[in-house]
Amino acid sequence: MNGTADVSAIDATDVARRLGTSWVLRGITLRVAPGEVVGLLGANGTGKSTFLRIVATLVRPHAGSLRVCGHDVRTVPARAREAVGYLAHLPGLYDDLTVRENLHFAAAMLDRRRADAEAALVRVGLERAAEQRVRALSSGMQRRLAIARLVLRQPRVALLDEPYSNLDAAGIELMNSLVSEWTGDGVAALIVLHELAPAVGVLDRTVTIVDGRLAPNVHDHQRHAGAMLRVTG
Amino acid sequence: MPWRDEWRRARAIAWKDLTAERRSKAVFNSVIALAITILVLFGFALGPDAQALRDAAPGVIWLAALFAGVLAFNRSYQTEIEGGALDQLVLYPGGRRAIFAGKLMGNFVLVASTLAIVVALGVILFQVDLPAQWLALVAILFFGCVGLVTLGTLYAAMASRSRVREVLLPLLLFPMLVPVLIAAIQATKSLLGGDLMHDAGAWARLLAAYDVIFVAASFLAFDFVIEV
Amino acid sequence: MSTGAIAEPISATRTRGWTIFGWFAFAFLIASQAIAIAISPPDRDMGDLQKIMYVHVPSAWMTMLAPLTVLVFSLKYLWSRREQDDLVAASAAEVAATFAGLTLALGMIWARPTWGIWWTWDARLTSMLVLFLILAGYLAVRAVVDDRDQRAQWSAAVGILGAINVPIVYMSVRWWRTLHQIQSSPSTVAPAYVIGLRLNAFAFLFVMIYFIRRRYDAALTLRAAEHASESAALKGGAA
Repeated sequence: MNGTADVSAIDATDVARRLGTSWVLRGITLRVAPGEVVGLLGANGTGKSTFLRIVATLVRPHAGSLRVCGHDVRTVPARAREAVGYLAHLPGLYDDLTVRENLHFAAAMLDRRRADAEAALVRVGLERAAEQRVRALSSGMQRRLAIARLVLRQPRVALLDEPYSNLDAAGIELMNSLVSEWTGDGVAALIVLHELAPAVGVLDRTVTIVDGRLAPNVHDHQRHAGAMLRVTG
Repeated sequence: MPWRDEWRRARAIAWKDLTAERRSKAVFNSVIALAITILVLFGFALGPDAQALRDAAPGVIWLAALFAGVLAFNRSYQTEIEGGALDQLVLYPGGRRAIFAGKLMGNFVLVASTLAIVVALGVILFQVDLPAQWLALVAILFFGCVGLVTLGTLYAAMASRSRVREVLLPLLLFPMLVPVLIAAIQATKSLLGGDLMHDAGAWARLLAAYDVIFVAASFLAFDFVIEV
Repeated sequence: MSTGAIAEPISATRTRGWTIFGWFAFAFLIASQAIAIAISPPDRDMGDLQKIMYVHVPSAWMTMLAPLTVLVFSLKYLWSRREQDDLVAASAAEVAATFAGLTLALGMIWARPTWGIWWTWDARLTSMLVLFLILAGYLAVRAVVDDRDQRAQWSAAVGILGAINVPIVYMSVRWWRTLHQIQSSPSTVAPAYVIGLRLNAFAFLFVMIYFIRRRYDAALTLRAAEHASESAALKGGAA
């Protein structure tokens, strides 16, 4: 266990969520320490993305409790929200604005300076495409822009939904180097993955969701010893 | 968060909406097209009799603005929802009111521009004589537009996220806008007729009161509408 | 753990109490109608058609009270986040919509023999129509939203704004109609009619309260059943 902080980055107990009358997530208990990188595996439609959205405070858990950096998402969602950064599957960019305009907009919303936005552009390698409209970008470059926005946000908890899709080899390397940087700074990361391969180098451990429940862990990448995973159901 | 930050965020959102719109013109073109179509069709429906046209002009103009507005309000959220941008927008720190204020300002510019074009076209097609108190007319148009855009922006935040958005937004919005419609149309009629009974002032006051009440109520309600 | 569950079962004594109230309300209604019809003379112009007023007018008054209930309980819900408050507001809105529909239908039934037309843009009827549409919008929101939290919050917002608008609608429609000369609704000033109207106003009030309570009970039962099945699904294996 990382000895840096007593407060878990993500502390989920029996989190569950319904869709209509059926439960898409049940009994999710998970603790992610600061600086830890956890991969979330599972087939399509098993609720991985839903769990990520719950941690991102975009939707509420219907049962169970969830704390992000110590903040209860039910009682103080705004605090929890401040700590997270969410890289969604859909890029969430404005097609008719340029790369630079998108990032400057994010900077304005995040109380960051334009200089920080420019630095983020450079970090993800988009400085030469800065004046292009997002509509004209490839999906890989759009994802880089979304990553730049995440960098700008400086989250304590990074929630990444299939971040490697659409990325070329250079992009994958960028993503992994960022995650390593973050880990060094004590940022926790929860990554929804389709396949392990791109993320193998950065993951501490993986968790698998089957039919909305946690499955017993088969593969454990114990980069840091002693990480605990409790399984229910 | 101090209000200055919120104001900056609101301005950023309005700027973003208007810039994107200025470049793609997707919403503006469809909105203007719809408004013009409504005007022209009503012109045909009401016939060539000049008096009938003049009597109907205020009503037709506001109806065109209403339907065009509905189109604009839904579209303004739609691009965000489809691309996943709304999630990101909601995740930024600070109050939700900045989002509402920003969307409100962006929608207002769009709908006010449309209304200006509709009025100009209406005056021509429906053979209306502009009154001496055209400034009062502008005030009426302004107050009416504020009411329309405020409630439209609020209700579209809900309707645009539902499966039945084309039906739900008009159903929610139109009954709520009845006072605006009545006041704006009656005041316009009165002004065009020389405001002999000094009605226009009373209607203008009603419109202003309505705006104050519903701008406040909408700001308060938006938190509950966008959060879920 | 919180699914916002309503755990309270429907208590038998409370139900029995309300059942007695229900009997009383309907008995009072029948009596009031009978008295009103018996003691009021036929109208000079309308004859016995006037007697429809004893249903039409109180129905209208109740329809205006109900949005107040929606307003209060919607505000209460946003404050407390208790599902019960949301369900009371929704029940009141449904009952209000029913009474509004009744008022409109009766208005049209009255208008036809009197003026030979089905509808007139009379101030009161027009306002009632707008009120009906506002309520329809509220019910539409409840119908299309599946997520319970979202449904409760959205309908609270819609209900509050709609309720605030009701007096404004009535005022603006009335100003609009008084600028032009039109026939007015049946006069309710004649003293011979006042007693009948007052009696029936109370009768309709009791009936409306009873309807709202019963609708609320039904909603509670449904909610309790949902809660039970969801808890079972949560603990058990099947989704």
